[in-house]
Amino acid sequence: MFPYIPHTPEDEKIMLDSIGVNSVDDLFADIPKDVAFNKELDLPLAKSELEVTNYLNKLANKNCSTTENVCFLGAGAYDHYIPAIIDHIISRSEFYTSYTPYQPEISQGTLQYIFEYQTLISELTGLPIANASLYDGGTAVAEAALMACDVARKKKILISETVSPQSRQVLKTYAHMQDIEVVEVAMKDGITDMEDLEGKMDDDVATVIVQSPNFFGVVEDLKSSADLVHKSKKASIIASVDPISLGILKRPGDLGVDIVVGEGQSLGMSLSFGGPYLGFLATTEKYLRKLPGRIVGETTDLDGKRSFVLTLTAREQHIRRDKATSNICSNQGLNTLVATVYMVTLGKEGLREVAMQSTKKAHYALEKLEQSGKYKRVFDKPFFKEFAVSSNIDADKIIKDLRSENIIAGHHLGIDYPEFKDSILYAVTEKRTKDEIDKLSSVLEGI
Amino acid sequence: MRKYNKLIFELSKPGRKAYKLPPLDVEDKDISEFFPEDFINENPLTLPEVNEVEVIRHYTNLSDKNFGLDTGFYPLGSCTMKYNPKINENTARLDGFANIHPRQREGCTQGALQLMYELQNSLAEVAGMDQMTLQPAAGAHGELAGIMVIKAYHEKNGDTKRDTIIVPDSAHGTNPATATMAGYKIVEVKSTENGRVDVEALRNLVGENTAGLMLTNPNTLGLFESDIKEIAKIVHDAGGQLYYDGANANAILGQARPGDMGFDVVHFNIHKTFSTPHGGGGPGSGPVGVKAHLTEFLPVPIVGKEGDRYFLDYNIENTIGKVKDFYGHFGILVRAYTYILTMGRDGLKKASEMAVLNANYMLSKLKDDYYLPIDALYKHEFVLSGLKGNSLEVTTLDIAKRLLDFGFHPPTVYFPLIINQAMMIEPTETESLETLDEFIDALLKIAKEAKEDVSILKTAPHDTLVRRPDETKAARSPVVTYKA
Repeated sequence: MFPYIPHTPEDEKIMLDSIGVNSVDDLFADIPKDVAFNKELDLPLAKSELEVTNYLNKLANKNCSTTENVCFLGAGAYDHYIPAIIDHIISRSEFYTSYTPYQPEISQGTLQYIFEYQTLISELTGLPIANASLYDGGTAVAEAALMACDVARKKKILISETVSPQSRQVLKTYAHMQDIEVVEVAMKDGITDMEDLEGKMDDDVATVIVQSPNFFGVVEDLKSSADLVHKSKKASIIASVDPISLGILKRPGDLGVDIVVGEGQSLGMSLSFGGPYLGFLATTEKYLRKLPGRIVGETTDLDGKRSFVLTLTAREQHIRRDKATSNICSNQGLNTLVATVYMVTLGKEGLREVAMQSTKKAHYALEKLEQSGKYKRVFDKPFFKEFAVSSNIDADKIIKDLRSENIIAGHHLGIDYPEFKDSILYAVTEKRTKDEIDKLSSVLEGI
Repeated sequence: MRKYNKLIFELSKPGRKAYKLPPLDVEDKDISEFFPEDFINENPLTLPEVNEVEVIRHYTNLSDKNFGLDTGFYPLGSCTMKYNPKINENTARLDGFANIHPRQREGCTQGALQLMYELQNSLAEVAGMDQMTLQPAAGAHGELAGIMVIKAYHEKNGDTKRDTIIVPDSAHGTNPATATMAGYKIVEVKSTENGRVDVEALRNLVGENTAGLMLTNPNTLGLFESDIKEIAKIVHDAGGQLYYDGANANAILGQARPGDMGFDVVHFNIHKTFSTPHGGGGPGSGPVGVKAHLTEFLPVPIVGKEGDRYFLDYNIENTIGKVKDFYGHFGILVRAYTYILTMGRDGLKKASEMAVLNANYMLSKLKDDYYLPIDALYKHEFVLSGLKGNSLEVTTLDIAKRLLDFGFHPPTVYFPLIINQAMMIEPTETESLETLDEFIDALLKIAKEAKEDVSILKTAPHDTLVRRPDETKAARSPVVTYKA
């Protein structure tokens, strides 16, 4: 017997009799002989819960976790504080064992939290419409760009070199499939080069993608970029943002950005070796019927009660098939609940305080690192919670030496930007203490 | 179930908090020293101000308005709503898995990489493929990655006139949507009266513009495509590639492998076949497997092994690039590998056997009262076409809504599109004979009600918190955010 399979031999007999066959094998008689797999799969036999747990514990213990080490690594995924109540709420199995809310009568819980999520993302970004999520920050950039091209009926995208290299790679993969041209806009001193952007704007450009804070942690001038892009007829601007930064920085929607996307991992999701995270997307009414993914809307039921349903489904694959705005079906469901509970728990004051503490601690860290004289800032620009410093010490040596002091170093910028091979990008969240930052500084000074 | 009807915004009261951070322990500078004035938002965000107890009560009450797999039977066809084992939730939350950063050096993540490597190989074995990537985030995302791989293959061969993907008329909506997204034209191949791909029609459709065929096997009707070898030959002879949509893989574990059937690319829906939770619509995971001739096009990175060392392998010659950030939904992959270790080769095979037994048993009990358009041996699911002898007075929607009163989640309805008034029932292997009998009894009672008192069906559901919310109104004048 297997714990998840309830059938006794007697049950099987009753069922086979009802069907009118002699054995379970007879139920597979429709698989032709030349296709049937007549061997045993080359996998181990079933194991007990204890054996499985022991084995997986062993694998987990081979990794260096951010609870046992001090994490200054970011570059798209961040070690923010996660309130304890989040895991308790998402562990309600009425939430996590349910399917997509296609039957609204028994899915009001899911539908309502998605509606709350859409409202919160809308408030955060300063734009009126948000969808129910995309897979992650990178695919959100790509889906937003495809939507912008579709609406503008053009096939050219400009993307700043300061946008996360991963997002740019994902965009290129998606765009290639639809013969959409992707042109990179150069950077200058750690931000998008506005002259290069202006020079590359032409009538063929459907959309321009920037990121703020950008990959280097530097805050970009979204207003100037938006104004420049909108001089061109029918071109839109997409900004990828860190949601935590919106606790203090101006909302992109208020600065003229048309589509805001981003990686939502910072909103309460564990690092989990890169996923599952959350892609968010907010925009103006103009794009409502072109959005990828699910949208929840408010309505009333037969008795006039407020209720929620999946809406505008005529955009989606299960209705429109090859005419759908995207092929997305399963999205990040439960992670939108994580983000919702996070934003609600931190609330009006909390999101601001997390943003404040992160940026103040990051600025303190940069100051400390520069004091030694061995490390200097790479970009002299306003930054949020991440900054790059360079030195004449080999980056791999720095990362290794910090490792031996149980510090997870920042991201080596040379991996994606050869011109910054001596630079490391450090992330400092509200979780880091003064002692931890001081230790980082003193270890670095001693290398 | 309490009659709770608040939105979180309606609980907000100025001054309430649900969090506390340690006091700032570095010098408290004003942020105007960090940012130009016009970068700073002077207007506070309108986020709720609530207390922790309120947050917990609010979302606990919302959870109470939901029906999950742990609540009861959930026979959604093509969704494989099997039990989500609890040990999987624990292993995904182990400190060494949940709290590792994706950009840590390989020396710090050997356990995670080993798990991914072993999962890649396990899935490749189940699929009969040569190499898997775990990167895609969901089934549809796996389809997209797989079709991109096929496109890259044709591009490398200079075979650029191949601009069409063939899908059966019974296919999931994601198949044509995916192919369109990958820049292809779509052609539908029709099904025969016995619910299989019309082989002759396919033969006439393929040609030098054929990039590939996307197929689910068993198909969306729950029928095994027994001509699969012939189908594969037709597509391959025409120069196309064969794509396996793994949505229905739960029917064939250890019984047949897509690789042996002739498929070149396959995706699995981890959240279906391998027991990870659907989460109210994700996060899922959609690993993709390919035959050797396509490995050079896989997205980067995959996990490799050299001696005792596991590493992220970015060295894939003609890769399509990246399809998402980082390496896949690792937290979901941990759950899937936990399941595979728990079930073993014997358990996986047994799972498929019992899934198929359950489906055919239910069918045997229902086909006297419900119309079964194709009377055949089914695999893990079957499709009914409304009530027998019913002149559409009682629709499938009525039946679905009435099932809610009996405490069941209804089957998938009105899909596949080729069956009128379709009810697609997939019980999965984790349901007992007693549960199946209760559901069968409910459906038979509904059949009786249809003969005696149609009004009870027309006005269903009666016992739910809301009843048939107005979807037309929602779409006509969309309200998609809360306005105070």
